[in-house]
Amino acid sequence: MEKRVVFRPSPLPYLLVLPQLAITAVFFLWPASQALYQSLLIQDPFGFKTEFVWFENFAYLFSDPLYLASFWTTAYFSAAVTALSLGLALLLAVMADRVVKGATGYKTLLIWPYAVAPAVAGVLWLFLFNPSIGLIAYYLKVAGYNWNHVLNGGQAMSLVVIAAAWKQVSYNFLFFLAGLQAIPRSLVEAAAIDGAGPLRRFWTIIFPLLSPTTFFLIVVNIVYAFFETFGIIHTITEGGPGKSTEILVYKVYADGFEGQDLGGSAAQSVVLMVIVISLTVIQFRFIERKVHY
Amino acid sequence: MRLNRTLVTLAAAATLAGGLVQPASAATEIQFWHAFTGPLGEILAKQVEGFNGSQTDYQVVAVYKGNYSETLNAGVAAFRASQQPHIMMVFEVGTATMMAAKGAVNPVYEVMQSGGESFDPSVYLPTVTGYYTDPEGNMLSMPYNSSTPVLYYNKDAFAKAGLDPDAPPKTWSEFGTALDALKASGSSCPFTTAWQSWVHLETFSAWHDVSFATRENGFAGLDTELVFNGPLQVKHIQQLGEWAKDGKFVYAGRRNEGGARFRSGECAMFTESSAGYAGVKKEAAFEFGVSNLPYWDDVEGAPQNTIIGGASLWVLSGHPEEEYQGAARFFSYLSRPEVQAEWHQQTGYLPITLAAYDLTKKQGFYEENPGTETALIQMTAKAPTENSKGIRLGSFDQIRTVIDEELEAVWAGTKTAEDALNSAVERGNVLLRRFERAND
Repeated sequence: MEKRVVFRPSPLPYLLVLPQLAITAVFFLWPASQALYQSLLIQDPFGFKTEFVWFENFAYLFSDPLYLASFWTTAYFSAAVTALSLGLALLLAVMADRVVKGATGYKTLLIWPYAVAPAVAGVLWLFLFNPSIGLIAYYLKVAGYNWNHVLNGGQAMSLVVIAAAWKQVSYNFLFFLAGLQAIPRSLVEAAAIDGAGPLRRFWTIIFPLLSPTTFFLIVVNIVYAFFETFGIIHTITEGGPGKSTEILVYKVYADGFEGQDLGGSAAQSVVLMVIVISLTVIQFRFIERKVHY
Repeated sequence: MRLNRTLVTLAAAATLAGGLVQPASAATEIQFWHAFTGPLGEILAKQVEGFNGSQTDYQVVAVYKGNYSETLNAGVAAFRASQQPHIMMVFEVGTATMMAAKGAVNPVYEVMQSGGESFDPSVYLPTVTGYYTDPEGNMLSMPYNSSTPVLYYNKDAFAKAGLDPDAPPKTWSEFGTALDALKASGSSCPFTTAWQSWVHLETFSAWHDVSFATRENGFAGLDTELVFNGPLQVKHIQQLGEWAKDGKFVYAGRRNEGGARFRSGECAMFTESSAGYAGVKKEAAFEFGVSNLPYWDDVEGAPQNTIIGGASLWVLSGHPEEEYQGAARFFSYLSRPEVQAEWHQQTGYLPITLAAYDLTKKQGFYEENPGTETALIQMTAKAPTENSKGIRLGSFDQIRTVIDEELEAVWAGTKTAEDALNSAVERGNVLLRRFERAND
């Protein structure tokens, strides 16, 4: 019998992918194209008067000092969240890698915060740090530090960074742990025989070999800090005292749904989309080069 | 055995089906979206029950939709999806948004007239309804919960400072003297306030008959501009800033955070909504008094009248004509003297009709609860002028946030009063022009 090298095209793969395509189309492509269209309009909230204004919404955005300030806030916030959650996760993964007894227990305890919804995480940390009734706020006051994130912008930012990073540590921890376990023991042992101390071993052998994981996690964490932290900001500070914690994605909500400015809000979401796409492109192009596979 | 199971299944299905069948003469449902939770929500629910029980043609269904902003957004989104309620509660800063949406709103005076209900605008308190009327005097929405700022003071703290507990300061100069005495007697917080923009800029301007914005405070057109950086307002904010620097005025927060500080006895004087009375009465462990908002007595025309805050009920269009008669009947029911009097006495909000005011007087409520009439006297002493009917600005919620931010800079000492108010006017005008652009 003749061996076939060319497979007959079958509709089965397309059918299997169809549900996911449908979901992507309905939940991403359709709203995104609507946002693109709405960003070119100025509308009244009820939808009666619609004026096509080309890029005026964007011009208005970039001349608004509050919007430009929001860029800095978002940049600071995402850098802080990424650094904190990656650093903590790496530390925990290195420690958990060494544990022999009860490893599963430790890993479960370190992983469950990922299952907590952002809004719930926000409320949890809010309760701990509430200036009047929070436990941690109370101990801070006893230690002489007056904690009031309702009036102090810097403290509000610290609080949301901690809450957002806490949630993401589990996810990073899982990947780092897997990455660590993929490193061949022989390399580490060879370095030990050559006289390298644990810190030297870590920085010159383990960390570079973790770079694919680290690179992937940086991308994921930045996207997380840009988009998925809305629930945390909304429950803790609602944009913070005097806009100090109003990140870009929160401003989209505040201007669109509270301020009823649909055109401006759509323009902001388009800008956000462009930012995240270009960040991902940049990361894949440049950082990928430094990654050792 | 099989027959039994079949019978049981059939019986269960029949019961289910029977339960799903609607009663033959269903009352027309009127959807009412509101923002009241907690004790206020319970009182509202009782009011709705009273209306539903008083007649059988209509059934008002009250649905809690979140806070004021969330309720407004839910209503707007529902309207775009053609799922809007009949009646919606909108806070006073959303009035301009609702008024600009002429195709979405059925004005109350039209709803009452076409619903065949007797509607006499003169029975309503002019300072309450004035906020929600158009320049020709037609009522566009039904005021529901309205309050006005008053001065609460701690009589025990007054006595300790050597001040007469029954002679609260009437003018801001007397107020300053009282602050000095309170500070000297060791008070850590002689004065705080709630809703700083509403009390010390919006109501302040009306109380002294000066404009907050051009075009009759926005009533006459969308091309209004902010003018609350006038000399009198700058003088007042500057005075408050100086008191803040001396520790005589302690800023607690943008909303009602100061309430807890007054009720606990920490702060001696407190400018707040008259609706805070219930909370103060319940929690204060000291003798307290309620007095008129102070004024600058060197201003001609002061004191004029204070303006209201709170929410009103708007009727959204898009439903069949006959159903709006239910809304009209509901509004008539709410306007009954007994219903209004009970609402006023239980919540501390103002009654919207003169008859309810008289009824409450006759029932002796004001004698038994001293201080509850202050707000009404403040609001009815004079007929409202152009500057004191109310304020109607687009994006008003965001403008208030701008004002809050600028005032906070004054209390922190990083900006002068003049710079802060000028900056707030500039930023607010940008928002107004954008609103005008979207709604013109």
